Amino acid sequence: MTDGVKVLGLHLAVIAGLYTAQFILPQYHATNLARIMVLAVFATGYNIAFGYTGLLSLGHALFFAAGIYGVGLPLQMLEWTTLPALIAGVLAGGLVAGAVGVLALRTAGVSFMIVTLMFAQAGYLSILYFGSVTGGDEGFALDRAARTLGGIDLALDGYRFALAWGLYAVAMLGCLWLVRSPFGRVMVAMRENEERSQMLGYNPYRVKLTALVISGLYAGAAGAVYAVLFGYVGASFATIQYSILPMLYVLLGGAGTVLGPLIGAAAMFYLIDFASSLTSAYLFFVGLALVLLVLFAPRGVLGAVRERWLRWLP
Amino acid sequence: MAALMEARGLTRHFGGLKAVDGVDFALMPGEIHALIGPNGAGKTTLVGLLSGRMAADSGQVLLAGKDITALPAHARVRLGIAYTFQITSIFPRLSVFDNVALAVQSQGALHLRAGVEAALRRVGLEGLATQVASELSYGHQRLLELAMGLALRPLVLILDEPTQGLAAGEIAGFKALVRALVPDTTVLLIEHNMDVVMDLANRITVLNFGRVLATGTPEAIRANAVVQEAYLGA
Amino acid sequence: MASGPFLLLAVMEGMVTAAVLALSAVGLSLVFGVMRVVNVAHGEFYMAGAVIAWFVTTMVPGPAAIGFIAALVIAPALVAAMAALADWLILKRLNYDPEATIVATIGLLYMIQQAALTIYGPDARPVEAPFEWRIQLPWFGYSGYKLFVIAAAVLILLAAWAFMARSKAGLVMRATQVDRDTARSFGINVDRVFTGTFALGAALAALAAVLVVPIQQAHYLMGGDPLLLSFIVVIIGGLGSLRGTVMAALIIGLGDGVISMFFSPTLAKIIATLAVAMVLVFRPRGLFGAKA
Repeated sequence: MTDGVKVLGLHLAVIAGLYTAQFILPQYHATNLARIMVLAVFATGYNIAFGYTGLLSLGHALFFAAGIYGVGLPLQMLEWTTLPALIAGVLAGGLVAGAVGVLALRTAGVSFMIVTLMFAQAGYLSILYFGSVTGGDEGFALDRAARTLGGIDLALDGYRFALAWGLYAVAMLGCLWLVRSPFGRVMVAMRENEERSQMLGYNPYRVKLTALVISGLYAGAAGAVYAVLFGYVGASFATIQYSILPMLYVLLGGAGTVLGPLIGAAAMFYLIDFASSLTSAYLFFVGLALVLLVLFAPRGVLGAVRERWLRWLP
Repeated sequence: MAALMEARGLTRHFGGLKAVDGVDFALMPGEIHALIGPNGAGKTTLVGLLSGRMAADSGQVLLAGKDITALPAHARVRLGIAYTFQITSIFPRLSVFDNVALAVQSQGALHLRAGVEAALRRVGLEGLATQVASELSYGHQRLLELAMGLALRPLVLILDEPTQGLAAGEIAGFKALVRALVPDTTVLLIEHNMDVVMDLANRITVLNFGRVLATGTPEAIRANAVVQEAYLGA
Repeated sequence: MASGPFLLLAVMEGMVTAAVLALSAVGLSLVFGVMRVVNVAHGEFYMAGAVIAWFVTTMVPGPAAIGFIAALVIAPALVAAMAALADWLILKRLNYDPEATIVATIGLLYMIQQAALTIYGPDARPVEAPFEWRIQLPWFGYSGYKLFVIAAAVLILLAAWAFMARSKAGLVMRATQVDRDTARSFGINVDRVFTGTFALGAALAALAAVLVVPIQQAHYLMGGDPLLLSFIVVIIGGLGSLRGTVMAALIIGLGDGVISMFFSPTLAKIIATLAVAMVLVFRPRGLFGAKA
């Protein structure tokens, strides 16, 4: 079996498995899985910027929130229908990422981390400042009527799962295609040896900006779908936590692997779920997980698997 | 005949040190031109200014008569200047195939596989495509870097101490390779190995303290008293 | 608006902010200057100082001043020990790689913050000032303790400057900052210098927090703002330069005080965060810019 067939087979199997899971799992876990899949889309986008292109951003919460408010405000204030609003959310993520990238990509390394963090913080504070429009810290719930797509009520478990699954399938296959394409090779080259890449004729600024915008589109899509599926728009999605979570998912699952974000999202979701049943200070375990990962397992689960056994894993 | 690549009054300081000090230089199309000089003479800096890795403090760089001084390195590569590093700079964690593919696809991604195989065959590395680049021997890594440079199908190929660390047999192969490149590709070569220089070069430029000491054919340079004193060692 | 006394009040408040900020920022600047790492958990060391101060003042019997003096000694010492442990267990193992360190210190941030939540609780609690004294002019009154804070900060900064410029330890730190490898070949134990620097930076933050806690209250989330402001000061003021840090702290502190009083504090923070981003993008001034 050639590598290409193995790869495609594996990823299609994962998609099929996820679909059937909704019939096997009890509803509580099926809903969790829907949430995990949407968060995995967010993390997959982050992985494209960080895992593949080497851009350590601390500002992705801004792009996620752009998706959330990008769908929420038109639905609630402008009375749009759901599909155009969703598209607006996706595009908002990409646009904001592009705007931030144009400035932030003039820096690199630690500076880049701080600049992206600052922009994200400014975004969060602005959401609070313009609270009369955005609902500020409290946020607002989306009308049930606004959460329908073509007459289908997305708040119902079955349809909610289907949309989350559909989004993840498209996002994951898109990522798979991207990283195995010539441009995917260039992204990795930028990460591995930027100077060499330049001397092969590649424009670092443009490559990184493209990767960041794609990453933003993913984050916006995740935010938009999350808002519609779970019915809430609020400033909490723009806090630093939502910049740290995708990084954590990616580090845990395996940076630079296509399926890593899904594994990381699922594992952390349940870890936090478990921890919060024990204590209200569950973020402690998020912190601990970060420290342990960085110290002992920077490659993450699939990264280690790829290195030891499955060299062909993308 | 018009020069393919020119430097006019190129200068570059590092703090108080004038690494390249008002250098005028012309590279003729189809020639193999060697750049020699003692360590610290400014050869790598000069070549860095030509390729765009470094920005000049003053002066001009021209390619086929066009002023490219303000262009960044990646743009100059697209115009046809390729540079291989003095200290091997490849993508160690990627496969040999991916390394060369990055060069080939820079010129257009069609027929990628064929282009990569052709480039590898040219330097004698065919069959190693699936190897991880870091696992190659030093000599093979230098050849890989050369393959990447060639795969860019450049007008000007700048080689920075390409034979350093190569075994005698590998050097012979390298010389044959370079001779086969011209006149389609013009080669500018920094070298310390005098046998290679005298054997390959059509013309030689001698640098010292950031300035051009002399330019000429190998025989003329060999006979040049100033050069002998400064460099070749009387 | 009767702006005279109001403006003076804003300026005084700004001076207090600047004093505390300068202490905290110098700590952060030292760590970045000598070790070349960004400690995102710096604000949590600050918060830990405040929380420990609350415990100490609550547990020490007698007049408030005694408890306060005890806190001034104990809190920075404990926080310094915490920092040294973190450096030894985590940062050293990462070889002080800049990006890995940031991720690790983010983790550390959550751990310290949530530990405080567990031990100290979610409430904000006040600490009694060591003395009650009010300067009362006919048209303006101000807290004597706040004046004390400004004076104390100035003294500590002078001591820090003297330490860096005049003492052997300070010389060793400056040498390591300028050229780590040469320092090593001169027999300087760079690892120990790093641990010491990290501990000193944390101690300064904790000290700042102890000074400020009678004015504000101790709360487990209080580390966020000082972290952001310290960042701004260090980036704008330039690293390594004590004078630059102090001047930037003055500007930022006064600016924050005045803007917060006359406009919204949220707006002040928005402007501040965007200012940091823009400075880094357009005028890295060799601070982080060397990495580009």
